Amino acid sequence: MADASYPEDLLYHPEHDWARVEGEQATFGITWYAQDALGEVVFFDPPKVGDSVSKDEAYTEVESVKAVSDVVAPLSGEVVAINEALEQSPDKINEDPYGEGWLVKVKLSDPAETESLLDASTYEASLQ
Amino acid sequence: MTSTAAQSSLRRTPLFERHRAAGAKLVPFAGWEMPVQYAGIREEHVAVRRRVGIFDVSHMGQVETRGPQAQAFLQRMLSNDVRRIAEGGAQYSVMCRDDGGVLDDLFTYRLAECRFLTVTNSANHEKDLAWLVRHAGDLDVDVIDRHADYAMLAVQGPAARDLIRRLADGALPPRMRCAERTIAGCPMLVCGTGYTGEDGVELLLDPDSAAQVWDAIVAAGATPAGLGARDTLRLEACFHLYGNDLSEDRGPIEAGLGWCCKEETGFIGSEAVAAARAGVSEKLVPFTIDRQGIARQGNPVVGGGVVTSGSFSPCLERGIGMAYVPSERAEPGTAIEIDVRGRLRPATVQRKPLYRKGS
Repeated sequence: MADASYPEDLLYHPEHDWARVEGEQATFGITWYAQDALGEVVFFDPPKVGDSVSKDEAYTEVESVKAVSDVVAPLSGEVVAINEALEQSPDKINEDPYGEGWLVKVKLSDPAETESLLDASTYEASLQ
Repeated sequence: MTSTAAQSSLRRTPLFERHRAAGAKLVPFAGWEMPVQYAGIREEHVAVRRRVGIFDVSHMGQVETRGPQAQAFLQRMLSNDVRRIAEGGAQYSVMCRDDGGVLDDLFTYRLAECRFLTVTNSANHEKDLAWLVRHAGDLDVDVIDRHADYAMLAVQGPAARDLIRRLADGALPPRMRCAERTIAGCPMLVCGTGYTGEDGVELLLDPDSAAQVWDAIVAAGATPAGLGARDTLRLEACFHLYGNDLSEDRGPIEAGLGWCCKEETGFIGSEAVAAARAGVSEKLVPFTIDRQGIARQGNPVVGGGVVTSGSFSPCLERGIGMAYVPSERAEPGTAIEIDVRGRLRPATVQRKPLYRKGS
């Protein structure tokens, strides 16, 4: 498992999710803190392409050996892609939470919502 | 998050600093601050199945029963036939209330003709002790709390015996036997028992020796394993966990523990157990989830019943568990559905164990 890190180029939701915003689209995932607290992820139950997700509401769940956890959407929109590699290798969520462990890509319905998300240093400070 | 005040009231084993230094995640468990994992549950689980792991289980309690009537007393308290435990022998049993409800499940070792040591679940230790003392009555027997006198280590896995033998002053007791030995320079009781479905030993020793013995066994190649792996290992082996699969509201027959109940001995609860043999409405069964998902404790079984233990099996790579289901649906092969957080997950009733040693 990689060491704790919170990349500067991402936006963070207090429920331990991140968003990488690129124009009208964003990639979502869970933070290093979230995957560490959860332990080894063994299942990711993805939403379907076309599903709507709403900011601050659970849109999927990830499950470790010991526990199941809701994953909250950091922003609202429509799912346009899911990380299909996670079906075979959910452990990528632990190994590379900001890279190969991404969960979904979403077409944003309200890009202004990004204003309420946290930057890396604010999120990291909230973990203390 | 647990508050600092709550954490400071938790008890620590003599190996607490070893766990912290090894990077363990420490969690509250039955009033103790225990390592749930070190490197990761899966890795530790696989280490025990393939080689050897070491567990600190010093939270487990011990009660010594001794005196001329010790055997007669335990015969009344424990469900199994205590007369059948030879000196240096071990036996599994349950302790029941009058109505057959299970107070605890226990291993009892016979140290001498009139001296027994019973290992309790930590959450039940005080309750068990009070129950035993209360029933000792006028019998010529002493019931002694030995929890503070013992640390307890479990060394489990196909390579466990070879590893311990190299550190020991003599041959190890076979399975279901116990013997006094010196290991890594420390005297202790070595028991051929465990809770993983693998071969191995459990060591009962002076808490002051625990760190020295732990270090020697880890240096010899055992992987430190936490309560997380202990739980997935025991669940694959279909061993009961008190508080999950056993409780005072359930009897040993519905729990599938009729094999350790010998009603002819007249133990407390034997009449209720004998009556239950005629038929019970629910039975505890192991199950596997057919496809995705992991059932957890408390998930309802569709049509009646409840999951009492559920986790991910690192060996079978799918959700497994144990559930009480209506007796007519307890046959291995029966298709059931489990309501996992609002989603129905198809599952299949299996035979015990879900994982067999060496498979």
